[in-house]
This record gives sequence, structure tokens and C-alpha cells, in this order.
Amino acid sequence: MTEHAAYERETPGPAAAPIAAVNIDGPVAGEVRTFRTRAFGALRTARRRMRRFPWLPVLLVVGLLIVPAVFADFLTPHDPLRGELGDRLRPPFWMDGGSMTYPLGTDKLGRDILTRLMFGARISLIVGTVTVLFGAVFGSALGMLAGYRGGLIDRLVTWLIDTFLSLPVVLLALVVVAAIGPSFGTIIAIISVTIWAIFARVIRGETLSIREKDYIARARVAGVGTPRIILRYILPNLANTLIVMATLQVGVVILGEASLSFIGAGIPRPNPSWGVMVSDGRDNVLTQWWLTLFPGMAILLVVMSLNLIGDWLRDYLDPKLRQQE
Amino acid sequence: MRPKMSVQQSGADSATGPTDRGDVVLEVDDLRMHLHTRWGVTKAVDGVSFDLRAGETLGIVGESGSGKSMLALSLVRLTPEPASRFVGGRVVLNGQDLVSLSDKEMRRIRGKAISMILQDPQQSLNPVFTVGNQLEEAIRIHGGARTKDEVRARAVDALRDVHVPEPERRLGNYPHEMSGGMKQRVVGAMAMVYTPTVLIADEPTTALDVTIQAQYLRLLNELQRRTQVAMVVISHDFGVIAETCDQVAVMYAGRFVEHGPVAEVFDNPSHPYTKGLLDSHPRYVGRDERLRSIPGAPPELTDLPPGCRFRQRCELAVAECGVADPTPHRVSDEHTTWCRRAEELPWANR
Repeated sequence: MTEHAAYERETPGPAAAPIAAVNIDGPVAGEVRTFRTRAFGALRTARRRMRRFPWLPVLLVVGLLIVPAVFADFLTPHDPLRGELGDRLRPPFWMDGGSMTYPLGTDKLGRDILTRLMFGARISLIVGTVTVLFGAVFGSALGMLAGYRGGLIDRLVTWLIDTFLSLPVVLLALVVVAAIGPSFGTIIAIISVTIWAIFARVIRGETLSIREKDYIARARVAGVGTPRIILRYILPNLANTLIVMATLQVGVVILGEASLSFIGAGIPRPNPSWGVMVSDGRDNVLTQWWLTLFPGMAILLVVMSLNLIGDWLRDYLDPKLRQQE
Repeated sequence: MRPKMSVQQSGADSATGPTDRGDVVLEVDDLRMHLHTRWGVTKAVDGVSFDLRAGETLGIVGESGSGKSMLALSLVRLTPEPASRFVGGRVVLNGQDLVSLSDKEMRRIRGKAISMILQDPQQSLNPVFTVGNQLEEAIRIHGGARTKDEVRARAVDALRDVHVPEPERRLGNYPHEMSGGMKQRVVGAMAMVYTPTVLIADEPTTALDVTIQAQYLRLLNELQRRTQVAMVVISHDFGVIAETCDQVAVMYAGRFVEHGPVAEVFDNPSHPYTKGLLDSHPRYVGRDERLRSIPGAPPELTDLPPGCRFRQRCELAVAECGVADPTPHRVSDEHTTWCRRAEELPWANR
């Protein structure tokens, strides 16, 4: 490289100057210190973040939704569908005429409200998880494909997303229910069909930005094929977004199911959906308020809690916010 | 007469060409890659030709937007889809034309016979997996090693080859636990896993700080001496080119405007654009002189008129420059310029 030497002599510069062969990145003393400060820092931020942990919302979701949904059969002696007509419209236990047999009172057919709330939780949980699971899987699969491949596939998927997002859910539900009758399967299908598009749109956008990252290009240079890039490079980097979205969407879906059930386009009677219960009690709301208040409170508390948990997860999982701490 | 550019290795004893250099491993012949966008056809690479021999390095310099990165991506066929079209030319690697291969065949070649190092080490590794996991993926992808231990051993070797200290421990690190220089070494290790015939480095040191830059360039030189890999180094920094390359090509608006041995091009720039680039570089100009800049900006690569593409910014342009595309002019055996007025350049020292 004699020619280079000549060039370097004429033009001294930083890169041409001899540089001591120190290994900057080697395990030097400084690394121990950074490790220790990092460990302490992690502990401190973990503690600080736990302070913000939404204890109450989590407790509410577990106590009002998950535990009753799973253990309803063991937690109550009553049947959610059959009531004692002689015990109809009993008030909650602390009021005159109330008893601990029916802690939250009974409805017009003498069914225990608390029992129905527990079985209603099961319906809410099943509808919430099944539709969100379907929406997340199907929606993110299409979203990733569209975002990564682009071109015709992207245009097609985007068009589909726009179409489905513009469907009026309530109207769709009424039409479908009028045509084939209300059932558990129908309501799940209707909500699934509308919810996947929300996932697909967000995931497509995220994929578009991840696609341009150098590590995708590097993987392609190494000969990694498209399916593997989507599963190993795009999906894991979307995980945070998906978790946050899914949590928030469960709340939205529970509210949606209750609304559809309220107007009679959801879970068919006599099943104890919270929405059905609110609807059934609304004629008596001024006199037998417990028919509507308790299911209404259940919906409010669960959906609000899920939203609060989702918000917390978003902050917790966001690496940018994490660095600021 | 200047001495020929040295080949660092005398191992190239199977002389095929007129000189005693290595075999031609990469032959790019009139390559044309155009981008079809909504706004028209951008001729990002428009008739580029060069040969590259084993153990040799070609540097490509040019401003942003000159097409040098697109040229690099064209060589590995990773140009932006679906906009890019290969409208002509060949890229012959080990006797095989890459342009005509199917996507599947091309994937088998990438990472094996031709490999690439990208600009930004901070972004070149997937943040959610450990470095070892990704390095092992690069090893496994072409089936070079099968058992877990075998793959692991190769990964450790690969890191050792690029002088990563404590490779066994480093394999368990996540990218965010490593410094930029260390990450770029890992990326280098991944690219070299299969000892490719050709390694493309697109601005390999731009994102590194100066001391790490020098180390990394030395590492690239060392890898090349050891493996006889042919390299294409893309840079806008003449210092990097001087440090690593044997040949240099100056690119402007999708074409080469000058191509020759590094020292010859630096000592005797034979195109006004090369001269302009050198005059704007502090190492070339010297301490007491003012840096000069080239007025204007590179032309839009859509709807280019015939003639020299640099003429709007060229002090020496004459009417004929706009008539037809410039033809190659030989300055010496291996030094070519695409300037009509190459014979009458005012700074020429012949």
C-alpha cells in the first residue's frame, strides 16, 4: 500500500494518524461500574414502577370478572336461569325484606342477582377473550403481511380494513340477528368481524416502520426468507403494541357485548349477560333499582379497570418512557 | 509510470489477467436499475460497469443521492420493492448472473457468496433476541452447521475472528448491552460467517466515532487479507476510501464519472466532479487552505437530458457537454474518466 502512504503523508488527518491499539470495547474497569450502577438503577426503577402498578384495577378485574367467571358453579347455590317466583323482586340484604339468601336481591322471575352477575361475568370473559384473540391473530397476520409486502396485497388489505371499520356494528348486529336469530356464536362472530380491522390497521402501521429498520435489511442480506422475517423480526417487535391493544380491546368488547345485549341483538335471554340484566331491569329502575345498578356497576368497573391496566401497560412497556425514569 | 497498485497477497499466483492479480470474481456489466415511482422513473443506477478481483477492494464515493447505496443494494438484489426494475446489464458473481436468478435462488446466495454490512450498527441487530441467537441464525440459515454444539462453536469462532473479547459471554448479550463498535463487529462476523466471495460495506463506519472507525477499518483490512474476500466499500468519505481501497469509482447521478486506482485518482483527479469532491475534503486540501464546495445540488434522476450529468454544476462545461453522453477516456491503463475535456483540465499534472 505504498501509494496510500504517500497520500497520507501529504494529508495528515485523524484517521491517518497512528492510533494506539487499545481495545475500547474490552472489559475494562469502567464496565464493572456500569454494571453495578445499572443493576441498582434497574432495582430502583422497578420499585418506582411498581408504585404505579394499578393494584385496584387489577383487583377489580380479578375479583369481578375472572374469579366469578371461572368458579361461578362453586360460588353460588342458585341457578342463574331458574328462579323462585315466590321470591321475586327481593331487595338487597341490608334493606327491609332482604336476606342473605339473596345478597343483592332477586329479579322479576325470582332469580338471584349475584348468581346471574357471576354467570354474566363468564359470558363477558368468554366473549372478550375469544373475539380479541381472533381479532389479534387474524388482524395482526393480515396487518403484518400488508405492511411488509406492500403493493397489491397492501392495497387490498387496507381497502378491507377501511370497509370493515366503516360498518355500523349495531346495524350489522341487528340485521344478522334478524336474519339468523340471536345466539352466543352470532355475537362472537359479529364482534370478531369488526374487531380484527382495528388490530390490522395498527399492526400494519407499526410493520411499515419496523420494515425499514436496518435489522430487517441485515436479515435479508443474510438470506432469511419472508415468513421467518415476519415471525422472528417483526412479530416480536410488535409484542408490546399487541399486549396493550388486546387489554384495551377486551374492555371495548365487553362494553360492546353489553350494548348489543341491551338492545336485544346480543346474548339471547334467559342467559345472564350483564347487558341483558340492565335491559331487563330498566322498567323498574325507579322502584327496584338493584336490578340495573349492580350489572351496570359491574360493566363500569370492569371496563374502566381494563382501560386503566391497558394505560399502565402502555407506559410500562414503552422503552422510551422507561429510559426517562 | 506509476507502479501498479499492489495486491496485498502474493497468494494470487493463478494469474488469469494480464496482471498478476487475483481472479475476477465479480463482474458488473452495464448495470441499469431504475425505480418506478408515482413521480416518474428514477434512474438510480444507469449503466455501471466494473470488475472486482479476489482480495481487491473497490471504493465507491459520491454525494447523497448519487446512487451509490442503490448500486450496493442492486448487487444483492435488495432494492426497494416493488418500485425497482433491472432494465439491463449483468452482475456476474463466480460465473453466475445474479440479475437473472429467481428470488429463491438469490436467497441461497445472499449471506453465503455475497454479503453486506449496513451503515448503522445500532439498528442492524434485532433488539428482542440475543446476539448469539441472531449469529446462530445466520449460521444455520444455509445449513453450514447442524448440531447445537456445532453452531455454537462456529458462532464463538466468528466472534473471535472479529476480535470480540470473551465471545462465549458476549453471545448471551442483547444488542442494547453492547457498544456501537462492538455491535458493528458482530454484524461483520455475521456477514463473514460463510466467508463470502464478495462483501459489500455500505458506509460501514459512518455511525461510529473516529477511533472506533479506524479500528473497524483495520479489522476489515485484516479480514480481507485472511480470506481474500473481494470488497465493495461505499462511502462519502475519501479518508475511509484511502484507508481500505485499491480502486475507487466516483459516482454521480447513477453513473461512474471516474474510475481507477485510489492513488492515481487522488493524485490526478481527471474529472471536475472528483476534483470538486477532493477540494471539499479537509484531508486533501490541507490545513491553511479554504475548503471549497461544489455549487448546486445533484440533478433529479428523472427525465435526465442527454449529455454529461454534471455539466450544470461544472465550471469547465462547454456546449458539447450537453450534446451526447460522455464517452470513457483512458487516463492510463486502469484509470478512466467520463469527461469530454479530460485532456485540458487546468489542474492536470502530467
